[in-house]
Amino acid sequence: MTEWTKICNVTDIPHLGARVVQTAQGDIAVFRTNGDAVFALHDKCPHKGGPLSQGIVAGKTVTCPLHGWKIGLETGNADAPDEGHTPCLQTKTDDAGMVWLSLSGVPAC
Amino acid sequence: MKRMKLVMVGNGMAGVRTLEELLKLAPDMYDITVFGAEPHANYNRILLSPVLAGEQTIQDIMLNDVDWYSDNGITLHLNKKIVNIDRLKRTVTASDGMVVGYDRLIMATGSNPFILPVPGKDLPGVIGYRDIADTDAMIDAAKVYKHAVVIGGGLLGLEAANGLKLRGMDVTVVHINEWLMERQLDKPSAKLLQKSLEDKGLKFLLQKHTAELVQGESGRVCAVKFKDGDVIPADIVVMAVGIRPNTALAESAGIHCNRGIVVNDTMQTYDPRIYAIGECVNHRGIAYGLVAPLFEMAKVAANHLAEFGIARYVGSVTSTKLKVTGIDLFSAGDFTGGDNYEEILLSDPVGGVYKKIVIKDNKIAGAVMYGDTVDGAWYFQLLREGRDVSDIRDHLMFGQSHVGDLGHQGQNRAAAMTDEMEICGCNGVCKGTVVKAIKEKGLFTLEDVRKHTKASSSCGSCTGLVEQLLATVLGGDYSEAPKNKSMCGCTDHTHAEVRAAIRDQKILSIPDVMSTMAWRTPNGCASCRPALNYYLISSWPGEAKDDPQSRFINERAHANIQKDGTYSVIPRMFGGQTTPDELRRIADVADKYAIPTVKVTGGQRIDLLGVKKADLPGVWQDLGMPSGLAYGKALRTVKTCVGSEWCRFGTQDSTKLGVDIEKALWKMWAPHKVKFAVSGCPRNCAEAAIKDVGIIGVDSGWEIYIGGNGGIKTEVAHFFVKLKTDVEVMEYSAAFLQLYREEGFYLERTVHYLARVGMDYIKQRVLEDEAGRKVLYERMLFSVQNETDPWLDRTEGGVGKHEFEMLTA
Repeated sequence: MTEWTKICNVTDIPHLGARVVQTAQGDIAVFRTNGDAVFALHDKCPHKGGPLSQGIVAGKTVTCPLHGWKIGLETGNADAPDEGHTPCLQTKTDDAGMVWLSLSGVPAC
Repeated sequence: MKRMKLVMVGNGMAGVRTLEELLKLAPDMYDITVFGAEPHANYNRILLSPVLAGEQTIQDIMLNDVDWYSDNGITLHLNKKIVNIDRLKRTVTASDGMVVGYDRLIMATGSNPFILPVPGKDLPGVIGYRDIADTDAMIDAAKVYKHAVVIGGGLLGLEAANGLKLRGMDVTVVHINEWLMERQLDKPSAKLLQKSLEDKGLKFLLQKHTAELVQGESGRVCAVKFKDGDVIPADIVVMAVGIRPNTALAESAGIHCNRGIVVNDTMQTYDPRIYAIGECVNHRGIAYGLVAPLFEMAKVAANHLAEFGIARYVGSVTSTKLKVTGIDLFSAGDFTGGDNYEEILLSDPVGGVYKKIVIKDNKIAGAVMYGDTVDGAWYFQLLREGRDVSDIRDHLMFGQSHVGDLGHQGQNRAAAMTDEMEICGCNGVCKGTVVKAIKEKGLFTLEDVRKHTKASSSCGSCTGLVEQLLATVLGGDYSEAPKNKSMCGCTDHTHAEVRAAIRDQKILSIPDVMSTMAWRTPNGCASCRPALNYYLISSWPGEAKDDPQSRFINERAHANIQKDGTYSVIPRMFGGQTTPDELRRIADVADKYAIPTVKVTGGQRIDLLGVKKADLPGVWQDLGMPSGLAYGKALRTVKTCVGSEWCRFGTQDSTKLGVDIEKALWKMWAPHKVKFAVSGCPRNCAEAAIKDVGIIGVDSGWEIYIGGNGGIKTEVAHFFVKLKTDVEVMEYSAAFLQLYREEGFYLERTVHYLARVGMDYIKQRVLEDEAGRKVLYERMLFSVQNETDPWLDRTEGGVGKHEFEMLTA
C-alpha cells in the first residue's frame, strides 16, 4: 500500500517549472509540464549533483543548470550520449488539484 | 494506425544516415527494410584509405553494426542485390527472387567506379576502388606482387597509391592531365603535392594515355601499354578515373535519370513514392561525391518521409582535403580565376607552402592551400557565407588565427600536437581521445564531438583545433557547420529568420513563435527558449511579456548559481564607486547570513559567495542596493579610472561619465553580457581596449572603441568615433548598443556581432545616419524605462515568490 503525502496545489508549481520539497531523504524536485503532468525526481543531477529543480523544463525533460545534461522526467535517465540516472518518486494529482508524493513507496523509476 | 512500409535499396552512408534522421523524427511511422548488395553492415566508406594504408582496420570504420538494425526494428538483408522495381505493384525483387512491397522507397544505390573502356579491362588484377572488397583485393595483392599501377591522379587515386606504397608495393600513378588533382588544385600547388608524394617514393606519369592492359602468362594483368608505345609492368591496376552514379536499377524501372537519378529539392524522384539520396543522385545538375552534402540530403529526405514537409535541399559548396598522412592540402570553390577574378597569392616553393585566394566582387570565390591549411575552414566559411571581405582584405592571407589563445598551451595547429596534449582545457580532453572518438564512434560534426567527448563544449576556445582534427581524420568529408545554422534541434530556422519573423509579424509570445514557425518540439529546449524570450522582449518592449520559465536559472533567481547550488550576490556599484555606509551594510549582511566568501571582482564591485537561495530576498532587502545583474545577459560593469577629479594626469572626468552611463543603461537586457570602461586619459587604466564599449578621454574629448573582448580570445576593440561632449558619448554608445540589442543573435558578443555585420555597416547606421541614430537612442531609452530593479521587485512586490520558498513533506 503506497502512502501518499500531500505537497501543494498543482498551481503552486509554475508551468514548465519546479518546486523543491524538503524531505527526510533529501530535496525532491517536483516538476509540472505544460500539460499539467507532475513528476518528482531527487534534486540531484547524476553528473555533478546540480539542482535539477533549477533547470529549464521542456516537454518531459529538464536541463541541469550546471553543465546542461538533459534528464528525462519520466525515466530519470540522462539523454545519450551522457550516461546516468536520477531516482524518481511516484506522484498523483487528485480531483481538487492537490499534488501527492509517495515518499516511502516503490520508486517510479 | 497501420505502419507504412519503407524499403531502402542500398546500405551505404547516405541511406543509413537518412534512416537515422527519420528515426529521430518519426520512430514509429514505418516498418523499415534495407537491402545491401555488400556482405557488410554500414561502414565509413571515406575511411577506406586509412584502412588500405594500414592505419585503421575494417572494424574501426564500422558505423552501424548489425545489432543497430535489429535494435531499431529494421529488417536488414545483406548480400542481396535488388534486381527489379515494380512501380505499379509497389514491390522490389531481389536477386534471389525475394519480393517485398513498399509504400515509400529510398534509392541509395551509390556509385560505381568508372572503368576505362580499354582492352584488358576485365582481366584479373584490374579493379576499381570503391568498397571493402576492392580494399581487401589491394591488401592481398600487396602481399604477393610488386608492381602497382594506379590510373587516375585524383583524390581517390592518390589515396590508393599512397596506401599501396605503404604496403610495400612499387607504385606508379598514371594521369591524363598536365598536373594532379586538376579539379581541386592549380598547377603550382599540384606540383608541390607531386614533389611531396615523390619524396614518399611514388612515381608519376603525367599526360599519359592508357591504350591497353596486357595479359600475362598466368592469365592475370602483367603490364600497362600506353598510346605512345611505352610499357610498364603491372601486377595490379587500380582504376580511379572517376565515379558514375549507379542508376541502372532506377532506369530499368522507368525513373527519370540523367547522369544520376534526377531529384527535386525534397529528394523526390520522378515517382513521388520514391526518394533518392546520395551519390546516385543528380540534384540541379550536380552529382555529389563527398559525404557532407549527402548528409544534408539525408536530413531533407527524412524530414519529408516523416511528413514534416518543410525542408529543402538547395545544393552544397564542397571543399576537399587529401587523406594522406603528412600532406596538408585544402581546396574549395572556384579557384581557377580568370576575368573579373582577383587573386591573392603566397608562394614559398622551398618551404613547401602555397596559398591562393580567389576573389570576385569582394567575396571569396575559391581557395587552394598547400602545406599550411590551418585557415582553410575559415576561408570556406567566408566563402559559403558570401561575406564581403573588403574590410579584411589586407590581412586575409594571414588567416584568422581562428583558434582561441587560451587553455591549450598556445597551440594552434592540431597536426603538430601529440596524442597526450590537451585540446580542451575546460574539460581536460586530449587529442588522442578526440581522434579515437571520431574514428570509433563514427563522428562527423563538431556537435558530435562535443556531445561524445565534451571537447569544445564549454568555452569553445578549442573549436578550431577540434575542426582541424575532424578535417584531418575524415578529410574533406566531415560536415562543417552548415552555412545557415538552425537555432537548435527544435527548428530548421536560423536566428536571423526567427528575429525577422518576430519583428515583421509582431509575434508577442513564445508559443506563438513556435506555432508560427513550426517548431518540432512542444516547448522548445534550454537553448532556444532563452533566445526566443530575449528576442521577444527586445523587439517588443512593454508589449511582449517576459517568461521567467524560459530564462536560465541565474536570470530567474537574479543571482549566479554556484557549483554547490548556492548563489552569489553582487550589488551594483555605479562606476565602481561605493560609500562607507554601503560597505557597512555589506559587512552586516555577510555576518547575518553567514556568507562564507566575500570577494572583490574584476569589475570593480563586491561579490558575496555561498548565499542560500532561500536567503536571497532577505540579503537583497538588507543590502538596499540595486542588482548588479552580474548573472545576466545584460550590462555588467562600467569600469572607470579615477579621472581628472583626482588623478594628476587625468584629462577627463571618467568616473562621472562612467556613473552617468551606468545609471542610464544598467537595466537593459542584451544578447550577451556587455561591459563598458571609461578611462580619463590615454594611459587607459580602466583597460577600455578590451571592452564591448571602451571610452578613452583625450584632451579634446573622448575616443570610442567598440567590439573588444578580454575573455577566451583577447580581441582589441576597434576605433569607432571621436566625440567632444559627454552627451554625445552617451547617445552614440547607447545607439550602438541598441543596434546590437536589436540585431545580435542570442549569446553573440559584440565582438562577434561586429565581425558578422562589419564596421562599415555599424558606422553607416550610427555615425552617418543622424536621424537613425537618434531613433536608436530613443528606443534604448524607451526599453530601459520599462525595466525595474529586479531585486527591489522581489523584496517588495513579491514577484516570483515561489522561486525562493521551499515546500516540506
